[in-house]
Amino acid sequence: MWLSYLLTFILRVLVGAHPRWIGSKPTTALRIYYANHTSHMDTLALWCALPGELRAKTRPVAARDYWSGAGIKSYVATRGFNVLFIDRSPDNRDRDPLAPLGEALERGESLIIFPEGTRRAQALPSPFKSGIFHLAAKFPNAELIPVYLDNLYRSMPKGTYLPVPLTCSVRFGAPLPRVADETKDAFLERARQAVVDLA
Amino acid sequence: MSMQQKFYWLFGGILGLLTLASLIGWIMHRQVHRRGGSPTVDNLNARVRAWWVMVAIIAVNFFLGKNATVVLFAIASAFALREFVTLTPTRPGDHLPLVVCFYVLLPVQYWLIADGWYNLFAIFLPVYGFLLLPVLATASGDTEDFLSRVTKLQWGLMITVYCISYAPALLLLQVPGYAGQNLLLMIYLLTVVQLSDVLQYVFGKLFGKHKIAPLVSPSKTVEGFVGGGLSAVGIGAALWWITPFTPLQAAGMSAVIVVAGFLGGLALSAVKRSLGAKDWGSMIEGHGGMLDRLDSVSFAAPVFFHFTAYFFMP
Repeated sequence: MWLSYLLTFILRVLVGAHPRWIGSKPTTALRIYYANHTSHMDTLALWCALPGELRAKTRPVAARDYWSGAGIKSYVATRGFNVLFIDRSPDNRDRDPLAPLGEALERGESLIIFPEGTRRAQALPSPFKSGIFHLAAKFPNAELIPVYLDNLYRSMPKGTYLPVPLTCSVRFGAPLPRVADETKDAFLERARQAVVDLA
Repeated sequence: MSMQQKFYWLFGGILGLLTLASLIGWIMHRQVHRRGGSPTVDNLNARVRAWWVMVAIIAVNFFLGKNATVVLFAIASAFALREFVTLTPTRPGDHLPLVVCFYVLLPVQYWLIADGWYNLFAIFLPVYGFLLLPVLATASGDTEDFLSRVTKLQWGLMITVYCISYAPALLLLQVPGYAGQNLLLMIYLLTVVQLSDVLQYVFGKLFGKHKIAPLVSPSKTVEGFVGGGLSAVGIGAALWWITPFTPLQAAGMSAVIVVAGFLGGLALSAVKRSLGAKDWGSMIEGHGGMLDRLDSVSFAAPVFFHFTAYFFMP
């Protein structure tokens, strides 16, 4: 746990990561937080913005190939902020890559996901990949909370490794309303728009 | 009186003032509470609470000594620079110069004070920092808005690091007959500049009618500046016994601090507005950001330093 506190402290000093609960309140309800993805610090920033008691029950989702290399990175990810790994490389596709997410939700753990799939060096999110659609359909009782992370794309743009201190806020929006019989594309665009609206 | 004794008297006075302010705030809160509360009173009380914390930090720091003071101001500069950069539009090509500002130029500037290397301290950022930043910014190959981007970095660095570092740099001055007491001189600067801010705010709220610069800083009034400024000069003169100055000299130096601090608040308010913000940040409850509290210090500190060096050092 000391590692979590250390990471949270460093992040607060560097980028603030102050939570702004605009459309929802921090509660223990089963949730899928989904956010725009612009820097290496996004996962940590969103996780740090949650109150301590929610962090224990919330798993940031990350790609195994990126985080679980040997050594300190994987140690930090698993021990420091409880990362849930997914396999995104094709040769690991003997099972559904999203299966661990479903298992976590069934255990009552909330998730943090980045539906763009990869980092983008821009203020507004790119179109979403379809994972969030399937997850939402399978777990109708989970609240989908749009989250907007501002300024982090300026603090640590793609290709850089030292963060510039900047004040960043983490804005939590209202749960995305569920619409019956919505097409995949309509859902993905509506989900993305909810993040854009927080920008 | 020894330096310690002077310090106890000064802080006794400040604690008395804060207690009085808290008491007045509490009474006002009780009065407006019956009528549904008032944002001005809430803000006043938040400000007073933040003052308790800031005074406590300076007091603890007094006993920790010179290096702690340098570190404290380095941290304050870093937060102020962070606020400045947050409000300034930057592009990915600014990343390298920004990294160098935070992780190289700022620590070196404060290390020069701790080391007592005055000659380099005075020119390090205006010469080497100034020339280095545009060179670093070319590395990305991004020339879009190049001049205005580089200028903003240079400006932010000069205000938040160079100018603010002049406050702890007062420890380097060697005023005859005042050896070993320079921490008091720094606390004198902070006391006069902050009291001037507070008193201008109070006089402005009570008697303010004629705005000095309605478009730049709507809260600054002639009545606030004159009433608050003169009161601060009076208090600054009355505190002559913690400085190397005579009472009359202390009044003159306080006037310099008050005018420079006022102009700093005015100029930085214009900068803030041009960046589209009302406050620099939100880290000090009721006050706004670090730079909202240090804007007047950033102008008053270098001017006070050089006036003291010019008139009181052989």
